[in-house]
Amino acid sequence: MSRTLRIGSGAAWWGDRIEPARLNAERGELDYLCFETMAEATVSAAQVRARRDPAFPGYDTYLDDRMRAVLPACMARGTRIVSNQGWINPDGAAARIVALLRELGFSGVKVASVNGSLITDRVLSLTGRILENGQPTATLAPTLISAEAYLGAEPIAEALAAGARIVVTGRVADPSIFMAPMLHEFGWDPLDHARLGAGNGIGHLLECGAQVTGGYFPDPGFKDVPEPWNLAFPIAEVQPDGSAVITKVAGSGGAVTLQTVKEQLLYEVHDPANYLTPDVVVDFTTVRLEQAGPDRVRVSGIGGKPRTPTLKVSIGCTEGFIGEDMFFYAGPGALRRAQLAKRILEERFRIVGLQAEDVRIDFLGLNAIHGAATPPDAPEPYEVAVRVAARTRTREEAIKVGREVDGMAVSGIAHTGKRVPHQDRTREVIGVWSSLVPREQVPATIRYWES
Amino acid sequence: MKVKLQHVAHARSGDKGDTSNIAVFAYTPALYPLLVEQLTAERFKAHYRGAIKGEVIRYPVEAIHAINFVCHGALGGGVSRSLCLDNYGKALSAAILGFEVEVPGGLVKELKNFTEA
Repeated sequence: MSRTLRIGSGAAWWGDRIEPARLNAERGELDYLCFETMAEATVSAAQVRARRDPAFPGYDTYLDDRMRAVLPACMARGTRIVSNQGWINPDGAAARIVALLRELGFSGVKVASVNGSLITDRVLSLTGRILENGQPTATLAPTLISAEAYLGAEPIAEALAAGARIVVTGRVADPSIFMAPMLHEFGWDPLDHARLGAGNGIGHLLECGAQVTGGYFPDPGFKDVPEPWNLAFPIAEVQPDGSAVITKVAGSGGAVTLQTVKEQLLYEVHDPANYLTPDVVVDFTTVRLEQAGPDRVRVSGIGGKPRTPTLKVSIGCTEGFIGEDMFFYAGPGALRRAQLAKRILEERFRIVGLQAEDVRIDFLGLNAIHGAATPPDAPEPYEVAVRVAARTRTREEAIKVGREVDGMAVSGIAHTGKRVPHQDRTREVIGVWSSLVPREQVPATIRYWES
Repeated sequence: MKVKLQHVAHARSGDKGDTSNIAVFAYTPALYPLLVEQLTAERFKAHYRGAIKGEVIRYPVEAIHAINFVCHGALGGGVSRSLCLDNYGKALSAAILGFEVEVPGGLVKELKNFTEA
């Protein structure tokens, strides 16, 4: 393929908006629409839910909403779809998409599911050390929930080459979802690190959706964008050399500028010269950015180095519970009352023998977000919420946090505002650890379906 | 004169495990050398007053007039373990905007949304 390839974003995370996906499907003139819906703990959370709720199908809970929004336009135009909405059940997601296609009247559409990322049953024998603390991964055996390797773009490109119009996967590295169409359409060699570096860099710019089109960006007076309530998801017009123009559907809110692109370029990047992905090591330090028109930024010069022999593995483990609650003060002296409330809670936790690994009592409105980084001369707020949280080994201990806040209603101090809690004030902690696995130990398998 | 960083640069934070990367972007190329000279890893960490428990590694990226600060031990053990309301540290990048930069008179016209007192 020698022409420009148009790749659009349909989601940057599970909870993302649906209407910008529909907009890209209907007005983006896309060759590909790609969805990223998994966070670090998504798989483990899905495993926990699947254990408790046999009816949970194990794929993106918004699969129906997203597909109903985009399938009519994508099928009409011939836009192909790549998505990691398969979570822990890519086959189930593919079967559901086939059912939706039939319901919408599209027959003979080939769908592929990419499996193989889940390696829970053999992760302890395949991996050595935990990257975060150097301990053997075997130490995680008693608490292990789920382990998945981050696959690259190759199995997706293989499915596309086999004629799949829709490819749904489990865990795949986020940029690889968006690069897979380039690999397939341009016929790149999977070991051509120069082109893959450039392509993966563009994938990185797309993977967080609106974060490159004006989302997570506006700051009044400093960084204003038009209609920040009406953002579009990005579109990349990619050239066969891996350079691209980042843009969005005309008439939408937000902006694509040097500033929005720069901010996204380094988002969640550590060493900008060595951004590790399953496909290639990306070098962002050679990038060239150019404002090529309104809401059009040309991105070229992103480099690549040969991929590593290993894949990253994410290992989710049960790690106890967090209990949390909040209550409020306002008016003159709000902070001094909050400070006494904090003291009362600290004493109460001692009296009831709270067993916690960590306790945090903050004043929301003063220091709950920046914590220790809050300037000592920060002005006193007119309203303040006392927010308390503790991490514990057992749910019984975590429940004590909310029970002691309950006591503040009649046994607390003057002018205590308190919501009546209707929801569970405890939650389970799924700790996420990382390790490495030799890539040849994690082969992907592809299944094909047809509507 | 001393000017808050928010007039010199914009910033964005991202999370991976217990590490927050906070990238700082000069508003204009002429302002970038001020960041390189004055916003050292040591001063960056000190500005967070103990909220960053581990090492801060600084990566200047001249091609986009930015510096990436990789801050270990900044997210309370990681997104899922953190007791902070902002467990992803999405708002962490705002704190550095209060860092004071010495700006020579000749560069004042480059500053964003700045009026001399």
